[in-house]
Amino acid sequence: MELLQWAQNPWDQEILVRISWDLFWAATAAGMVFVMGHLLFRRWSAKRKPAPAGNVSADLTRKIPERVVRHPLASRLFHWVMAASMFVLLFTGFLPVLGVKFSWLTIHWVAGLVLIGTIIFHIIHASFWLNLRDIWISRRDLSEWWLEVKQYLGRPGPPPPKPGKYPMENKFFHHLVLVATFAVICTGILMMVRIGTPIWTRNAYLFSESTWGWVYVLHGLSSVALVTMIIAHIYFAILPEKRWLTISMIAGWITRQDYIENHDPERWEIPEEAPAAAQQAQQPARLKQEST
Amino acid sequence: MAVIRDMMPAFELFQPESTEQALALLNRYDGEAWVFAGGLDSVDWFKDRAKRPRAVVDLGGIADLKGVRTSADGIDIGALTTLTEVVNHPEIAGKFNLLSEAARAVATPQIRNQATLGGNVSQDTRCAYYRGGWTCYRAGGNICYADTPTSINREHCIFGASRCVAVNPSDTAPALIALDARMVIRNRRGERVVAAEDFFIGPSLDITRMTVLRAGDILTAIRIPRDWAEARFYFEKVRDRQAWDFALVNVASAMKIRNGNIERVRLAVNGVAPYPVRLKKVEERLTGQRITEDSAAAAGEMAIESAKPLQHNGYKVPLLRNLVKRSIRGAEA
Repeated sequence: MELLQWAQNPWDQEILVRISWDLFWAATAAGMVFVMGHLLFRRWSAKRKPAPAGNVSADLTRKIPERVVRHPLASRLFHWVMAASMFVLLFTGFLPVLGVKFSWLTIHWVAGLVLIGTIIFHIIHASFWLNLRDIWISRRDLSEWWLEVKQYLGRPGPPPPKPGKYPMENKFFHHLVLVATFAVICTGILMMVRIGTPIWTRNAYLFSESTWGWVYVLHGLSSVALVTMIIAHIYFAILPEKRWLTISMIAGWITRQDYIENHDPERWEIPEEAPAAAQQAQQPARLKQEST
Repeated sequence: MAVIRDMMPAFELFQPESTEQALALLNRYDGEAWVFAGGLDSVDWFKDRAKRPRAVVDLGGIADLKGVRTSADGIDIGALTTLTEVVNHPEIAGKFNLLSEAARAVATPQIRNQATLGGNVSQDTRCAYYRGGWTCYRAGGNICYADTPTSINREHCIFGASRCVAVNPSDTAPALIALDARMVIRNRRGERVVAAEDFFIGPSLDITRMTVLRAGDILTAIRIPRDWAEARFYFEKVRDRQAWDFALVNVASAMKIRNGNIERVRLAVNGVAPYPVRLKKVEERLTGQRITEDSAAAAGEMAIESAKPLQHNGYKVPLLRNLVKRSIRGAEA
């Protein structure tokens, strides 16, 4: 299997063209291997899974609404529009390579612009309306993750505490997607300079041929990495024990039970207004009775 | 970069006697076999060492692929029929002389004696950068050497570019589109018939191919229906010299006239896009109109809408406009 494709330029020099399309299959296989591996691990670890430390007091439980808002509408819209554009990008990018021929280029870069738009929206939304620290990996996350690993390995140590809004694996996946998406977007914008679009005048000579080759390689590598990550993401989304998280990305909320079982209320504090609104939406009749 | 050499790289040569044998060979070599008809496009590629097939399947010995057969529905031209035969065939010259005129405009008598109709419509582009063996988009690379501020691109396209700006070089292609011809394609799975205008594809669909033919396919025949027999035809090819040259732009039209009005028209041009273009909007505009200087001029103006010339092929815009105009009103008017 070749990793990169090379070609000859008019001056008889070997130039880098792009990644070998074999890497698409390698990435798909890696995704499948991950899924199979995790299924085996899940079976092996079913009885070893450490019980998270920390109980929620009855008093605090009473204060938690029955529906806890996990993803506000803006976050859900971002997620699904980004997912749609990502799928369009992957299909338009890889199907022609796999032999399904159609006029893909315009659809591809338009979907790329949609992806860029959603990412900009997400950065602004996350910076001003969400808590950025919820998603970033901290030293505490790493030490708690190590505690969890030790539990799985049967080594002595305290049980890991419950996470805040996002567990370590969610944060890690977010960081991987962030890096790959940032790379694919930056290289994609540069590649748009090389094709004819209404946005700017085509310029195939913005960089040297060698640099262009690396731009194409980076675009290809990040794209196939996203293939692996998306396979893993879809796998986790359909796992029975993770379904409550998937549903929350549609409905926006999780149940009080899921919140208590999986999160530390001190590390993921629920805003006062949001749960009240959620509770009001769920139980208008009871509240009405109380008010009269 | 390719250099013309005396010797071609070695390949296995097969000369099957039937289409079935040829298809079996293409299947056996699975994309590494080259379909060889008249050889005028193929041998250049081999000598330049830009294409290095493992096997060459020479269709020249398959009798079924040669000759013109007439029927009540139309004529069936074997893909291996030479252009000279197409030019001289009385039925084609009498009733579909648009095609014989187009075939007569190809290259030189010697080349027409060897070149086939199937080869003429299936030939690769003549872009010098691509033919030179450089790894452009069409050759699997990630650049078009013809579309840069310093490129020599006077022969390239003004429509339909998608990264690649090369044009289709066929003279018979627009004539076949104007005649509403059907291309008969066979492979191991069976036979399919494709309209001539759908036979040619642009780089947005597949940047490495000029036609719908895939590895394992053989174009076996070209069928021309009687619909357009003895219509009013016009073919004109403009080239840098009057023989042995590819078209800068060519135009082919077929019109049915009733009471001085255009009842039906089909109009196609080549040399302006990576594929021969049927001018459907112009056809719609002309249908039902009288042939006048104004209607012809309007057709010409309509034909060049959305043209995007490169650095050195701006001349193709007025050339196309005038050729379309002449194809409607006639060159003499």
